[in-house]
Amino acid sequence: MMIEVCPVGEVRTAGDGIFILRFRSPRIATTIRAGQFLNIRASEGIDPLLRRPFSAYWTDKTDVEIVFHVVGRGTALLQGKRPGETIDVLGPAGTPFGKDNSPFDTAVLIGGGLGVAPLPILTRELAVAGTPVVSFLGGRSRGYIVRDHLENLHVATDDGSEGFHGTVVALAERSLTTTSFGRVKLFACGPMPMLRAVAVLARKNGMPCEVSLEGPMGCGIGICQGCPVELAGEEKKYALMCKEGPTFDIRTIRI
Amino acid sequence: MATTSFRLRNCEFKNRVFAASGTYGYGDEIVDLADPSRLGAIVTKSLSLKPRAGNPPVRIVETTGGVLNSIGLANIGVHSFLEEKLPHLRSMNTAVIANIAAGTVDEYCEVLRILDDQEGIDGFEINVSCPNVREGGLSFGTDRAAIADITRRLRPMTKRPLIIKLTPNVSHIAEFARAVEAEGADAVSVMNTLIGMAVDVNTRKPILSTITGGLSGPAIKPIAIAKVYETARAVKIPVIGLGGIVNTTDALEFLIAGASAVQVGTVNFVDPSAGIKIADGINRYCDEHGIDDVARLVGSLDAGTGISVVDSWL
Ligand SMILES: Cc1cc2nc3c(=O)[nH]c(=O)nc-3n(C[C@H](O)[C@H](O)[C@H](O)COP(=O)(O)OP(=O)(O)OC[C@H]3O[C@@H](n4cnc5c(N)ncnc54)[C@H](O)[C@@H]3O)c2cc1C
Ligand SMILES: Cc1cc2nc3c(=O)[nH]c(=O)nc-3n(C[C@H](O)[C@H](O)[C@H](O)COP(=O)(O)O)c2cc1C
Ligand code: FES
Repeated sequence: MMIEVCPVGEVRTAGDGIFILRFRSPRIATTIRAGQFLNIRASEGIDPLLRRPFSAYWTDKTDVEIVFHVVGRGTALLQGKRPGETIDVLGPAGTPFGKDNSPFDTAVLIGGGLGVAPLPILTRELAVAGTPVVSFLGGRSRGYIVRDHLENLHVATDDGSEGFHGTVVALAERSLTTTSFGRVKLFACGPMPMLRAVAVLARKNGMPCEVSLEGPMGCGIGICQGCPVELAGEEKKYALMCKEGPTFDIRTIRI
Repeated sequence: MATTSFRLRNCEFKNRVFAASGTYGYGDEIVDLADPSRLGAIVTKSLSLKPRAGNPPVRIVETTGGVLNSIGLANIGVHSFLEEKLPHLRSMNTAVIANIAAGTVDEYCEVLRILDDQEGIDGFEINVSCPNVREGGLSFGTDRAAIADITRRLRPMTKRPLIIKLTPNVSHIAEFARAVEAEGADAVSVMNTLIGMAVDVNTRKPILSTITGGLSGPAIKPIAIAKVYETARAVKIPVIGLGGIVNTTDALEFLIAGASAVQVGTVNFVDPSAGIKIADGINRYCDEHGIDDVARLVGSLDAGTGISVVDSWL
């Protein structure tokens, strides 16, 4: 993990209020794995003060992309970055997918909204391993679906403007019961209610499942203790989302 | 180059910039990102007798110019610290100050006794000022008799520097500093976080799980400087200043207002090498101003004929 000042390549629109920012860092581009994140300083000053965490969305040999919603001051500043300006990036942070080693035949990827962010690199890693991938992506409406780099994609929207009219987990469940995928492993990222539904789906079908979580962070490197994730088990214990996560075997946590 | 070292009792610090408790872990997460050997000291996360899981989420939220936290003293406990963390901390080639938190006076004593047996711990900072736990913490820090009692009990137990970390959540911090000075404390750290609160207007719920938390960062800096000024005028022991320092100028303000050393906290979350940059910046300032020892800056405030409101209760 390192801190690096990286030149911005471009910021482009990817949906309704959704942007992709590309920056140059051969070091991060060649080492980051699916599920890891970058902790980015949106301002050189103190407003905002803390770094903002974003999943690595796509990489080539030299460049890295993140995809984000503009929800506040930090993301608005990132959206306003111009080519040639720089951003201060800490990463790769966190640990990648791969928390559970059960054998499987098909990887089923489920993303809710910008929970899609870690899935393209995961898709690429699975392709390299020769694992078939089926993807399900849900969003409020068509403008919230960021579909690049995904394979065998099925879309669900809350308003029915594209694909299945309903939740992405309902769509995935329907598909899992009507199609034979062999031994399935679920990979999911999205809002908490969606992840809870995925957890139920995994338990019901006895499928291994890894999730990538999102939540408030202070430092992103394990020094502030600000990002607890409750662990399963009798005793009250927490893991750190930024260090032990943001990916978790769903059986090991309580969400 | 100016002299930068600073002495407390039998411990010599290579410079006057320390990493603050709870904002640098146990040093081991930092090694890729900064060189801790260039700091005057690392103050550990508060250590308690038993491990503490800490508070449920949400524990941290950014507010204007600051950070509101409610970690709840999550830590691995003193025994795991000795086994898993101290060997590595010792190898970092800087002073290690163990920060201690406890729910009872006996527990403070027990943790200090366990740590004082060890090589590689250079001093103690006693946290009587955590706003985020029910027992201990702030209930001691806001009770002058209680912190005097804790200092009286701990003092004879160690020959190493004993620093009491004070809370600003009292009306006159100087009285608390005087109380621990009288019992033999070697220094006071001023200050821990201020009680603060943030509300989610959509849900009308508090953002933090504990409703209120501790505010740190640039937002609290002017308050911290005033508390340092007040304390330094009231006691002869050194005051270690902290609260909102993010750059060299901030640190210089504290030194000039009366701090003998400074700690940097929240800024480590953004830039773990901030303390090193600040130490370098202080040297540069001294060189530029022909100052041969950072000590000469301490309390060098030129207040002219001004009179502060704090003078009325000193
Ligand atoms: C590991 C990790 C990976 C992430 N990956 C992505 C990603 O790929 N793309 C993306 O758009 N976002 C991602 N996020 C969320 C992103 O960090 C926040 O959206 C961002 O910090 C908001 O910053 P801001 O200054 O614009 O908003 P702020 O002004 O800080 O907040 C604006 C609003 O957003 C909410 N918010 C702030 N932080 C978060 C958060 N962490 N999660 C959910 N809501 C939040 C606040 O409660 C507030 O209502 C990720 C978060 C984590 C922890
Ligand atoms: C996330 C966080 C955790 C902290 N944990 C501790 C702690 O365990 N013990 C302690 O004495 N102070 C703790 N503090 C307080 C800091 O050491 C410091 O007193 C305070 O944050 C003010 O300095 P700053 O504005 O430079 O951060 C913590 C502060 C933060 C932000
Ligand atoms: S965000 Fe600081 S420990 Fe995880």
